[in-house]
Amino acid sequence: MEGTAFKYGNNVDTDVIIPARYCTSFLAEELAPHALEDLDDTFVKRVNQGDFIVAGRNFGCGSSRENAPIAIKGAGAACVIAESFARIFYRNSINIGLPILECPEAVHGTEEGDKLHINLETGEIENLTRGGKWIAAPFPEGIQEIIELGGLVSYVKKRLGAEK
Amino acid sequence: MAMTIAEKIFAAHSGKESVKPGDLIFAKLDRILGTDVTCSLSIKVFEEMGVEKVHNPDQLVLVNDHFVPAKDIKAAQLSKNMREFGQQQGVKNYFEVGRSGICHTVLPENGLAKPGDLIVGADSHTCTYGAVGAVASGIGSTDMAAAWAIGELWFRVPSTIRVEITGDLQEWVGAKDVILYIISQLGVEGAIYKILEFHGSTIENMSMDGRFTIANMAVEAGAKSGVIPADDTTLAFMDQVGVKDAQPIEADPDAEYEKIIEIDVSELKPQVAKPYLPSNAVDVDEVAGTRIDQVAIGSCTNGRIEDFEMAYRILKGKKIHPLVRVVIMPSSDKIYAELIDNGFAREFVAAGATIAPSTCGLCIGGHMGVLAEDEVGLYTTNRNFVGRNGHPSSQVFLSGPAVAAASAIAGEIVSPK
Ligand code: SF4
Repeated sequence: MEGTAFKYGNNVDTDVIIPARYCTSFLAEELAPHALEDLDDTFVKRVNQGDFIVAGRNFGCGSSRENAPIAIKGAGAACVIAESFARIFYRNSINIGLPILECPEAVHGTEEGDKLHINLETGEIENLTRGGKWIAAPFPEGIQEIIELGGLVSYVKKRLGAEK
Repeated sequence: MAMTIAEKIFAAHSGKESVKPGDLIFAKLDRILGTDVTCSLSIKVFEEMGVEKVHNPDQLVLVNDHFVPAKDIKAAQLSKNMREFGQQQGVKNYFEVGRSGICHTVLPENGLAKPGDLIVGADSHTCTYGAVGAVASGIGSTDMAAAWAIGELWFRVPSTIRVEITGDLQEWVGAKDVILYIISQLGVEGAIYKILEFHGSTIENMSMDGRFTIANMAVEAGAKSGVIPADDTTLAFMDQVGVKDAQPIEADPDAEYEKIIEIDVSELKPQVAKPYLPSNAVDVDEVAGTRIDQVAIGSCTNGRIEDFEMAYRILKGKKIHPLVRVVIMPSSDKIYAELIDNGFAREFVAAGATIAPSTCGLCIGGHMGVLAEDEVGLYTTNRNFVGRNGHPSSQVFLSGPAVAAASAIAGEIVSPK
């Protein structure tokens, strides 16, 4: 997939991804218009379906609110590439099916507005604007299984089906 | 194989002899905490999974605390969804506003967190129960729905950082100052995906109230959980809350730690974390003189009796600065009642503070004390991110109750001497 990079710094926390004042809702269509509002209130206006968020270390730190990856996915971002992710955000993204890639080199080699090509299966990230190709760290085995099934919901269904 | 406390708990809950960092396991859960903010989404996901009954209703704990008493119609609906789900599923440990408090105080107070437990909660400060020697970790709503359905969850066994804290604390310096200092040394991502295991004489001499404060903020260094080994202090607490068979889990002497950090706190000054990160702690003197509009004393971080005792000693017989608003937030209704019984509440009100219900209130920035544009808060809570407590331009400094109380009187940040 191809899209434009929106670049942010370190420690992008869940309070700026989706402030608590909007968390009386958990619906993507209600959360998405406020995605990243307190960090960059132009994001929602500028982002197109299939674009990417590229950020520094500890992306998604803070609260456990799943509203955060839901808002980002709902706003149209197809993938978040970061140097590292906060662990609850990491879990939540896998569980709801928001693709995330950990790749510090790709983050360093990408600027705001660059065009990227991403292959989620191989983890390959290519910067079409300024060149450069990187491979993101693969998911540990087991997590791969959950992703391949399409998230935790399918995993649970499969498991309960098998138990019956 | 030698194991840390967390490794022993993960092994015991996944039916394995031993586990090591990096192992991917499915582990059985002792408790699964949900609150009014996170449950509705889990209920929706649970329905999508096509499951009708939870695996075991006794695993579930449901607490109304974030947006209660309901701040608006949507919030009321969130509570209603959780209430109806609890009734349908036969959940005994369902807690209503007025008869509970903030989840992270409610669970320990009701004996629902004990040494050796593996607890998850759809709230990031679930790590608070590490104070009783449990592994406790925040999860999201889909995780919670899965946990309800199968009674287990996946974990990647984390490595453990051992933190040795020694030294006697100076007057007006407490657990909050210690943990703010540790986070400033580790950074907000210093313990990402890891367990912090706290040891040392400072911890051994610390009350349970203080230990809850320490464990509560482990996630602010990115940790999965912060664990404090259970000892006689823990067992006395467990006994008091009705858990008679608590068994401490000890780390093996030759357990492998990713690293060992030693911290001497005997010279530690009261700490204040500057906006907008909990890891921005400095000695209070460095920010002394900062004008403040609102002070909050309480929350799941510092809303226990020992915290209010410190505030009481400072506020008793004094008047809060005319340009400062103070909100007291007891972290449970039991604690609220104690504030009334021991006369603290009267003094707080006489000094000019308002006492909020024992809910999350202004800590989540949703209602009951939101900050306006450019306002400055001094809070004993655990987070000071942009916009967390109101307008994105507002600022929150984090401190312990002593600095907060003294500053409330002065109208600006001061050292409590
Ligand atoms: S008091 Fe604050 S930190 Fe604690 S659970 Fe409530 S919102 Fe979260």
